[in-house]
Amino acid sequence: MAEFIHSVMLDVDRCTGCTNCVKRCPTEAIRIREGKASIESRRCIDCGECIRVCPQKAKSASYDRLEEIEHYRWKVALPAPALYGQFDNLESVDRVLNGLLLCGFDDVAEVSRSAEFVTEYTRCYLRRPDIVKPVISSACPVVSRLISVRFASLCPNILPILSPVEYAARKARRKALNEHPDLRDDEIGIFFISPCPAKVSYARQPIGVEKSAITGVLSIRELYFRLVGTMKQVAVPKPLRRSGRIGLNWASSGGEASALYNSKYLAADGIENVIKVLEEIENENLSELEFVELNACPGGCVGGCLTVENPYIARVHHLRRSMTVAQTGISPEQERDIPRQYLWERPLTESSVLKLDDDMDQALKKLAEIKRLGQSLPGLDCGACGAPSCHALAEDIVQGKAHETDCIFVMREKIREIYRTVSQLTGREQEGGTKP
Amino acid sequence: MTLHYDIDGENFQTAGEASANVKKVLRQLGISTDIIRRVAIAMYEGEINMVIHANGGVADVAITPDRIEMTLEDSGNGIPDIALAMQEGYSTAPENVHELGFGAGMGLPNMKKYTDEMKIESTVGVGTKVFMAVNLK
Repeated sequence: MAEFIHSVMLDVDRCTGCTNCVKRCPTEAIRIREGKASIESRRCIDCGECIRVCPQKAKSASYDRLEEIEHYRWKVALPAPALYGQFDNLESVDRVLNGLLLCGFDDVAEVSRSAEFVTEYTRCYLRRPDIVKPVISSACPVVSRLISVRFASLCPNILPILSPVEYAARKARRKALNEHPDLRDDEIGIFFISPCPAKVSYARQPIGVEKSAITGVLSIRELYFRLVGTMKQVAVPKPLRRSGRIGLNWASSGGEASALYNSKYLAADGIENVIKVLEEIENENLSELEFVELNACPGGCVGGCLTVENPYIARVHHLRRSMTVAQTGISPEQERDIPRQYLWERPLTESSVLKLDDDMDQALKKLAEIKRLGQSLPGLDCGACGAPSCHALAEDIVQGKAHETDCIFVMREKIREIYRTVSQLTGREQEGGTKP
Repeated sequence: MTLHYDIDGENFQTAGEASANVKKVLRQLGISTDIIRRVAIAMYEGEINMVIHANGGVADVAITPDRIEMTLEDSGNGIPDIALAMQEGYSTAPENVHELGFGAGMGLPNMKKYTDEMKIESTVGVGTKVFMAVNLK
């Protein structure tokens, strides 16, 4: 597989080589090398924990700038459901959508509306007799990547339906081509207004589909102040909103699962909780469940690290009151097939990144060596060597990526040994030399 | 390659740590997900059993290119009737354990179902030793 492109950037000048990100990374992808943090690309799942935890603010997410949209003749904004929760006293979704048009977009396509279709198709999917349960939501790309790296046995549980953003992007692209026959496909720019950097990586390396219909990913945080300004310029917003409460609820943890009208569900958020739940599913401890919604960010998408508002404040209660439940026009009881174009084109597969060696005999030897080395290290997990734990250092040493003396305690012992040897030698020399 | 784990008794929060670790090791060895899943479930059930019934114990896992062998040993009350305990749905877990979602009587049957070989030796008042193996070839 080609080198993975990620969305996490490091400001080398700001990085002090502290080990906060190293310790927090759920896939042990970060090491300090020569005083600076470095990410092993194939292990990174784009969860954004390192961005959140960095005290120096040396880590940031890369995303497209608003100017980028100018390269396209027809520009469409795809606002994430989490966008609406970022404003104080927002009276209508329409104000946001109109504000986006004033930012330079020619059209808007609400991801919340697509989410309602995904909800409908998920209900259809859950009725299929031949599926592996509990079905795990595939909307959060971090969770899908985590499963392929650490919980590969759960690949068949993943919901093989397009994520709301991919669904919205494809629909928006088709709509633009239909309504404007003079446009070429490459003249259409579909831009997601994202709460998280994982979607930046997703657009470049999609999961489940060969190619994403998303052109670029903008951050809620960067667009925010611009948008607040244009929203104020809107006197009477044009009615553009086509989604309902269900779509909006997708922004927070539990929104996707509760919309399925199926009480056998679980929703968990925050990467640590997600890992625990996946562990439980693998142990077949949650087999009574039909659907599991997992969001890597605390609180769900509203907790993404490209948002402005605290996830527990960013709520859309007041907006929901005046809204219909959903506007897909599909009744919940309606039996229907999921159109093929809304299904994944390829299944989620196992990533072999944690494998020590392709040859099992070699891998066993390496494992034994890791165990032996692990016992010789102090077991303090201090992180001074740049690895998250003594065990991780032992793995790095065996894989040829680190040296035993990267451990300051091993180093101190070696220096003492040298000192003892030297002092014995010089002592002997002195003894010999001072004899009259 | 052998791995050794001490399983704490009456601690449902940490129960499952040994099987999670075994899973990690097997993934590093490049073992297929299906085998990993079987080993992990069998190991997890064994671990939970020791937590519920025996105030913990020890687990040893031996890995060779041919098979994975798990030996779980405790000094709990022992199993008076092993054939009965092997029946699906039979459980002697206390009520408070049922409330945690455990004790469905599927532990031993699952351990048998997911492994290629399983042996139980138990003496009432002395303890129980469970041996399980999953073949790789």
